[in-house]
Amino acid sequence: MLSLVETLGTATDPMALEASNVFLTFFVFVIASLLGFELINKVPPTLHTPLMSGSNAISGITVVGALLCAKAGEGTFSQVLAFLAIVFAMVNVVGGYMVTDRMLASFKKKAK
Amino acid sequence: MDYLYLLATLLFVFGIKNLTSVKTCLRGNKLSQLGMLVAIATTLVVMTDISWPLVAGGVLLGAAIGAVIAKRTPTTSMPEMVAALNGLGGVASAFVAMADLLQSDVMKKDGVSLWQTGAIHALSTPIAILIGMLTLTGSFVAYFKLSGRKLAHPVKGSARHALHALLGIGLIACASWQILATDGAELTISTVAVALIASILGVFLVLPIGGADMPVVVSLLNSYSGIAGAASGFVIQNPLLIVVGALVGTSGLILTQIMCKAMNRSLGNVLLGGMGEESVAKDAKDYKSTKSATPEEVAMLLEGASSVVMVPGYGLAVAQAQHTLRELGELLQKRGATVRYAIHPVAGRMPGHMNVLLAESDVPYDQLWEMERINSDFKNTDVVIVVGANDVVNPAAREATGPIAGMPILDVDQARTVVVIKRSLAPGYAGIKNPLFELPNTLMVFLDAKEALEGMVKEVKELGR
Repeated sequence: MLSLVETLGTATDPMALEASNVFLTFFVFVIASLLGFELINKVPPTLHTPLMSGSNAISGITVVGALLCAKAGEGTFSQVLAFLAIVFAMVNVVGGYMVTDRMLASFKKKAK
Repeated sequence: MDYLYLLATLLFVFGIKNLTSVKTCLRGNKLSQLGMLVAIATTLVVMTDISWPLVAGGVLLGAAIGAVIAKRTPTTSMPEMVAALNGLGGVASAFVAMADLLQSDVMKKDGVSLWQTGAIHALSTPIAILIGMLTLTGSFVAYFKLSGRKLAHPVKGSARHALHALLGIGLIACASWQILATDGAELTISTVAVALIASILGVFLVLPIGGADMPVVVSLLNSYSGIAGAASGFVIQNPLLIVVGALVGTSGLILTQIMCKAMNRSLGNVLLGGMGEESVAKDAKDYKSTKSATPEEVAMLLEGASSVVMVPGYGLAVAQAQHTLRELGELLQKRGATVRYAIHPVAGRMPGHMNVLLAESDVPYDQLWEMERINSDFKNTDVVIVVGANDVVNPAAREATGPIAGMPILDVDQARTVVVIKRSLAPGYAGIKNPLFELPNTLMVFLDAKEALEGMVKEVKELGR
């Protein structure tokens, strides 16, 4: 394992990101994907729409990426892209969570 | 910082998990909101060369727009709103990948290609742009279809598959060019080409899919936006994006699978079936003998009924008649009748749409019966009231061929009397004729759902005096 990481780390171009890191993130990606498969095996039909809406809001996590791209001193075009990405992702996050809350509020009322 | 990202991830995981049970769903959504807050706050704290005007302006503007949209959306249009929001998430991921590319050495220096930054990083850039743009345009086609607009694919028959294949090949070619390009101009052109072709493909892929299948498409696109997020995570090497994107991506796939099962179809069948195409919309002329009734006549029928089943559909949501329906149900129950609500898995425009709507109007949970549980009971039912539903009670689904063949339906035609409240004989979402309307035991009430139900409530009250 260590030797693999070492070879990858030294064999590639100095430009390349640290290969061991790339491998680790890929590793984590695979495990997270499997976790997603297992996470929601049973869902009552009542919750299909709220679940879709809620996880749609979570996919707005890309706002973190957008924020990281909004650096000072970069080119105008990349700043425009970063700004638009922040706006779109925030609409997704805030809109998604509020719509989901509205759907779920109807269940809470019933539980009383 | 890494530990705070881990905390955010765990909050998302438990959030999704809690969203799958009625008891914990509210807490689930709160947990995931907290996770998002932690994620955003952490990012802002650790960033060193942050451009505050960009960030503050973007966050506030986006949050304000999102809040206004969420507040103004009526319950009926929630499904298409989810579709539109999802498209925005997808395009955000694509823009992240593009912005990062613009800021990278690959763009700024000649003689360096994406490939030299490592295979995973190189592949994830076009993938994030491709899936993100495809999600954007596909979601907006779904949005328009869900809002009831009829859109048709410009190319018919086998030429369509050829066109899609051609676009797909072009996409792969441009993506390869993007990965291998060594100068800025080539990189720019290939990146724009990937974005453009993916946008066109997104439109073309969703256009031929029938309106009734849109929920499945939205769910699939929701999964895509997760994958696009994960891909942009690989581009900027951010573990939070990768993990959370992967979670949404695969859990979205499972939800899509669950929805397909509810309609007794495979995902491939939905995506390639092209349901909207063969079925030419029929109108009233195709119906030979239908019997119509007034709310008063129906009230008299209900007077003598000891078991009543309500079948709500999208028309109920459009007319905002859920409260009136509940009122009618309560009235009949007080008079000693058994009242139940039959919920077809895909009634409305999204699975669970009717549950949300009826829960909102305080219909007791134990009166909501799922299709499998109630289907064998229709033969012992006196009156079935179908409110604004069409395809989910269409016996044509039992035939071997046809656009909705094989779809499980509510067997309402077995009840003693079927009352169908529907404004006209216009076809449902699948665009086909419904033989139910011609059956001798079917009565049509040609009114808006709210108007008809209010009439019935009034008449039942009068009869009770």
